Amino acid sequence: MQFKTLFAAGAALMVTTAISTAALAQEKVLRIGMTAADIPRTHGQPDQGFEGNRFTGIPMYDGLTNWDLSSADKASVVVPGLATEWAVNEADKTKWTFKLRPGVKFQDGSPFNADAVVWNVEKVLKKEAAHFAADQVGVTVSRMPTLREAKKIDDLTVELITSEPDSFLPINLTNLFMASPTHWAAKLAAVPATVTDPAERAKQAWLAFAGDPSGTGPFKGVKLTPRERFEMTANKAYWDPKRVPKVDRVVLLPLPDANARTAALLSGQVDWIEAPAPDALPQIKARNFVMYANPQPHVWPWQLSFAEGSPWLDKRVRQAANLCINREELKTLLNGLMGVPKGTVSPDHPWWGNPSFDIKYDPAAAKKMMTEAGFSAAKPVKVKVQTSASGSGQMQPIPMNEFVQQSLKECFFDVELDVIEWNTLFTNWRKGAKDESARGAHAINVTYATMDPFFAMVRFTSTKAFPPTSNNWGYFGNAEFDGLIATARTTFDPAARDKALAALHKRIVEEAPFVWVAHDVGPRAMSAKVKGVVQPKSWFIDIAPMSVD
Amino acid sequence: MFLYALKRLIYVLPVAIGVSMVCFMLVHIAPGDPLISVLPPDASTELREQMRRAYGFDRPLPVQYLLWLMNVFQGNLGTSIATGRAVSEELSKAVGNTLMLSVMATLIGFVLGCLFGFVAGYFRDTWIDKLASFISVIGVSVPHYWLGMVLVIVFSVQLGWLPATGAGPGGSGAWVWDWEHVKFLILPAVTMSVIPMGIVSRTVRALVADILSQEFVQGLRAKGLLDTGVLRHIVKNAAPTALAVMGLQLGYLLGGSILIETVFSWPGTGFLLGQAIFQRDIPLLQGVILVLAMFFVFLNLAVDVMQSALDPRVQRS
Repeated sequence: MQFKTLFAAGAALMVTTAISTAALAQEKVLRIGMTAADIPRTHGQPDQGFEGNRFTGIPMYDGLTNWDLSSADKASVVVPGLATEWAVNEADKTKWTFKLRPGVKFQDGSPFNADAVVWNVEKVLKKEAAHFAADQVGVTVSRMPTLREAKKIDDLTVELITSEPDSFLPINLTNLFMASPTHWAAKLAAVPATVTDPAERAKQAWLAFAGDPSGTGPFKGVKLTPRERFEMTANKAYWDPKRVPKVDRVVLLPLPDANARTAALLSGQVDWIEAPAPDALPQIKARNFVMYANPQPHVWPWQLSFAEGSPWLDKRVRQAANLCINREELKTLLNGLMGVPKGTVSPDHPWWGNPSFDIKYDPAAAKKMMTEAGFSAAKPVKVKVQTSASGSGQMQPIPMNEFVQQSLKECFFDVELDVIEWNTLFTNWRKGAKDESARGAHAINVTYATMDPFFAMVRFTSTKAFPPTSNNWGYFGNAEFDGLIATARTTFDPAARDKALAALHKRIVEEAPFVWVAHDVGPRAMSAKVKGVVQPKSWFIDIAPMSVD
Repeated sequence: MFLYALKRLIYVLPVAIGVSMVCFMLVHIAPGDPLISVLPPDASTELREQMRRAYGFDRPLPVQYLLWLMNVFQGNLGTSIATGRAVSEELSKAVGNTLMLSVMATLIGFVLGCLFGFVAGYFRDTWIDKLASFISVIGVSVPHYWLGMVLVIVFSVQLGWLPATGAGPGGSGAWVWDWEHVKFLILPAVTMSVIPMGIVSRTVRALVADILSQEFVQGLRAKGLLDTGVLRHIVKNAAPTALAVMGLQLGYLLGGSILIETVFSWPGTGFLLGQAIFQRDIPLLQGVILVLAMFFVFLNLAVDVMQSALDPRVQRS
């Protein structure tokens, strides 16, 4: 009898173990090695640049507007997110009405409504608000610089107010992710009563929220181990049926070293890595991993100085430099991992504008222009370029700059590279070509994102963006460009706005305030068992439709 | 002994203040913006000023330093700019991870170093000495970073025996002393142990060779002491110096290796220090450097006290 009981208990234990093991085995887990050194912030306004938005923003949260990440062929554009439609007030173009998507719930079960939108705007704009988060201001406000206030009209309608008429607002709003006010209030209530300072209580509530976040996105953050890993599980109740996740769990691992990331992939520790080590590409392919790449809204340029005495003041010199780089050869040098630029945006983009100056490799034309400008092999023009040895988005700055240096030598340029540390270069970018920090440089090599018109064009061509206000490092700009920008900013019909932006882009390419060298292609390597991957022409990628075999 | 330890302990305070002051000045002299991790480059001037005020960077440097020092004396190392988490919280986790790694590396390095050194010294000028010396020279000379990558390629990528990165299958927070976790420790610990192994080995070899040439060893042998007895005397005489060298090596290892911890994504102090430097996260940087400096100071103190216990002549000098 005793033996039978023991046998039954043992059998029951074995069955239970087998069932739970099978359940675990069936769990579809996607493990991702990021380039970030830490988990991007998880409370709704990620840091770590756009990699933060890619991995802890878009998967867990939605904005009023979202990016369309469903196509690898078309340019990624803004689509309705938590707002279904929006319109500017015809009488007062600083006021916008946004209609909200009905029936959406946060992952904690509370409803998404106009109060939630007002609360999320106030978290970064209203200092007096109990939930104001000073550390979220920097990464958010600069990406929606004109937004000032949000007002509830009814449960599913909000009015957003800007400081000046700004047609870019719907694009900017992709950066404002909606976090759950109810969940945050619960975290605040859990802060010990011994903490009495309201600001400190709010800070602790946000820290707790980051460890157990709640948005409306397709994934729910469940476990945060700072600097090591972050786990998200599928939100099967997600409001968009096309984006209900197919994997059960996503694990994010910060692996800042390219070799470590590559080794983690090759040894099977992760299923997906961002930016594999370029030297390892043949080995990655040989082991049947799949490489994904697509030109991103990103520019790897030399931004030229228009300060007094700069050789780039002569348009022929600027255009000649653009014609003297064999970008296809550079692409080969980079194992094919770059896009060949024709301007800031590509010819299939709504802002293209068909410029009359064609950026291509034509050394004969370049030499002719340089000769006309008074330069020759015996009398080359001396240019100094400030760059870094590494840095976010910089791709492989040293070999790429050396390639450009060699290429331009053919066209009578004598290039001196001034390599400084990335953080310093980034800081100098804001100070401008006339500042002491430029050390006499005539160009600066800092890469940039071109997701929205301000980042792509306005900040480099507006006279209002001269240093130290923004990133017009080279002091390029005049009344014509200010006029084109003003027109684009105050044209509210999306198609007409894009046309105005195309006119701006056309003139930028023709005036060539940059030497456009490359577009990044966002290389990532994945295990062949990861299916349903669409790498859009974007800095972002949608994890939700992916599956793991 | 107690007075000696107390005297050495009092010396710690000025050293700590000196280190913190030098560190504070250096991180502020370095170019770059401490707000780079929380402010994009296109942030408006007003927003930038607002953030500078919020983080206290608008105050004069001496005021910033004194405020920081006062907080440190109250046990508050501040808050990381980049993560918003308490520096002490970040540090305690990193120190724990580095401690685990460095103690493991020290054990490997000390045991192998003493073994190779002793054998080389005892069999001086024989092929055994040459072989042991060759291994220790390799240990001192080989670049850490390179060795780590080679080990990863061989044991993780090619053979698939050991994991390439990380501190356990569920991260260091879920660490358990079982094989599934310990195997994450092996490659970084072996990589880290190579330099101390080489240094200890060279030191012990020289010590043993020197002791063997002293008259008292001949005296011991003349008295008819067996080889094992003579060895015991050699070990006892070599131990204080070997211990001091190992103590310093442990100090270096406790500082964490930026390169090794980056190669293996090991979340220790070296990894943290690297991130703090690249992000210009000044509160975190100051906290890490202060704690690492204190490691050195206290480790030296511990080694001195142990040395004086083993050899009272040290105390008198």
